[in-house]
Amino acid sequence: MGVISNGTTLLDAGAIDSGVPTGAMTLIKTLTASSSATLDFLNGASNVVFDGTYDEYVFKFYNIHPATNGADFTFQADTGTNTNYNITMTTSYFRAAHGEDGSGDSLTYDAGRDLAQGTGFLQVISGIGNDADGNGNGTLHIFSPSSSTFVKNFIIRSCTSYEDGIARDMFIAGYFNTTTALTRVRFKMSSGNIDSGVIKLYGIK
Amino acid sequence: MAIISNAVTIADAGAFSASLGSQVLIKTLTASNDGTLSFVDGASGVVLDNTYPIYKIEIIGVHPSADNRDLDFNVSIDGGTNYNVAKTTTTFYTYHVEGGGTSSLEYNPYADLGNGTGFQEIMENVGGDNDQTGSGEMFLFSPSSTTFVKHFTVRTTHYSANNYNKHSYIGGFANTTSAVNAIQFKFSADQIATGTIKLYGIKDS
Repeated sequence: MGVISNGTTLLDAGAIDSGVPTGAMTLIKTLTASSSATLDFLNGASNVVFDGTYDEYVFKFYNIHPATNGADFTFQADTGTNTNYNITMTTSYFRAAHGEDGSGDSLTYDAGRDLAQGTGFLQVISGIGNDADGNGNGTLHIFSPSSSTFVKNFIIRSCTSYEDGIARDMFIAGYFNTTTALTRVRFKMSSGNIDSGVIKLYGIK
Repeated sequence: MAIISNAVTIADAGAFSASLGSQVLIKTLTASNDGTLSFVDGASGVVLDNTYPIYKIEIIGVHPSADNRDLDFNVSIDGGTNYNVAKTTTTFYTYHVEGGGTSSLEYNPYADLGNGTGFQEIMENVGGDNDQTGSGEMFLFSPSSTTFVKHFTVRTTHYSANNYNKHSYIGGFANTTSAVNAIQFKFSADQIATGTIKLYGIKDS
């Protein structure tokens, strides 16, 4: 039975009518840190979808607070059921900075934080202060992670109150240099636990 | 007749009362050795008018049919008959080679336009190896305005022909007070072998 309101079909055959514009961004999973060593999104586990269902996946990070002052929030990925989280990446990294006291304004390529065919974890938010009010936030887009033909591009933008009172705006991009489908993504701090914070995974239709 | 569930009005007067999301997928174009991919208002289900104040375009895994090609775009004010609107733009990028020896953050004066009517480059030297591809996103603001010029921002990342990760930022405006009603993407030569480009509308309420 269709549902028709004021002459417009809203619902029919168990679905929203094709003429009704619906949202294209679907929340898949929310993970909340509580002194967590790692936060993992695994395709097929705990209702996580990270496969060919969507062409693009977006992770959003809110109020990431490290247990260790100045620790970096990092990520890696893996394929199949592997848990090594060591996929080869080539990346670029630049950032703007400005101190609370008005000093230290800069726009800089940071060769110390990029990867050239590296298999380590990549910095997503660098040097987060662990003062009570310190935290980092940002967004990561991964395109077509399930492709078995192409490398997997990603772009990141994040910001933080860098250690002792410096605003940092970070721009990172690169690719996982593999033609194997990615199935899982891990986030962790470079040192110590993720004291608190939220990571949300969305799929984009 | 309103639809009320558990005391919540779901639909009334021919429209949903409940939120259906603010980002609406309008059209998906999938390349298959295409010379161009175009979104034209009013054609093939495309909406590119004052329905939405912001349009977002996702470029996912574009792969050129030949090595070392630039991905470009232009806009039209005559429904796609001509793609030759004057644009003034800025372009900068960061890059990092797989071998790790070269990295940079620099303004690219060779790709910007000063009221030029040609296509604007948004990925430079995309590689044509089997696994090489590029992805990114673009925002186009108020394209239907007949008062103001039309601003846009673009951010892309790609695997370049010389094995760099190149991460590009382009911003500018189409210098016209006529409504922009079409946009076209193409490589500087040859075809878009594969890839997907999606057009979304962002609601203002």
